[in-house]
Amino acid sequence: MPDTALYAPATTEGASVVSRPDVTVTRAAPLARLAFRGDATAAGKAGAAFGASLPMAPLAANPVGQRAALWLGPDEWLLLAASGTVGEEVPWALAMTLCDEIATAVGTHPHALVDVSERNVALIVSGPRAAALLNTQVFLDLDEGAFPVGQVTRTLFTKAEIVLWRTGPETFVVECWRSFAPYVEGLLANG
Amino acid sequence: MLLISCPWCGVERPEIEFRYGGEAHIDRPAQPADLDDHQWAEFLYMRSNPKGLLAERWRHVHGCGRFFNAVRHTVSDRFVCVYKTGEKCPDLEALAREGAQ
Ligand SMILES: [Zn+2]
Repeated sequence: MPDTALYAPATTEGASVVSRPDVTVTRAAPLARLAFRGDATAAGKAGAAFGASLPMAPLAANPVGQRAALWLGPDEWLLLAASGTVGEEVPWALAMTLCDEIATAVGTHPHALVDVSERNVALIVSGPRAAALLNTQVFLDLDEGAFPVGQVTRTLFTKAEIVLWRTGPETFVVECWRSFAPYVEGLLANG
Repeated sequence: MLLISCPWCGVERPEIEFRYGGEAHIDRPAQPADLDDHQWAEFLYMRSNPKGLLAERWRHVHGCGRFFNAVRHTVSDRFVCVYKTGEKCPDLEALAREGAQ
């Protein structure tokens, strides 16, 4: 499992996509997800309200308990939050509360804040062969020297755009758009 | 596949993450309505198209999503340097004299 409190395996049927001795792929339970865009001032205010500061360094992630702020671009972040109770439903109340609190904190400073909780699903890829399995479709060098623990990036999984986050030496999280999930899962299952 | 360096991400990434954006440093006319058809066509379509170093726009569309500029040699396809949008265009003649190819 990832070295962050954020992701829990889903309890739904079919959540285990790949189950081999050297690598597993598991669907993660739903999270609250927010797309945030703005300058450094806006990001500073948003981070204080969110409970995890928005990293300014490229490809950086800042997991704090059941929150994480992921750098996607110089003015773009993906904010993730778990409610603490693993369920099959998106934690809507949490997503709405966070939206309200961040919007209030940033105020009239120019920014964009969008609830994308239901846009993404996450897959947890774990095991000694995790990098090798991902590299059947991901074009990046996933050696720990080139893609260290904690690094996060948007990239391509063959034809599907994903956000890839290394949460441990042998654990990755693949955040992909819901409609791409069958494609991504299918390729991982056959990889 | 080419490896292209993104100045925003600070890493080299495979070409497939990028989109080409045409020649860089083409300013949109301040008063388009004042231009005649010939001048407008010049702005829209006419590019330097050199056999050699060219400053061009690229977008890291499947990475950070941002536009940046790059100097590429149009014969060898080699990327000489990359720089962020808004930064000054390098001296292409000087780069050529230094042997960039
Ligand atoms: Zn980039």
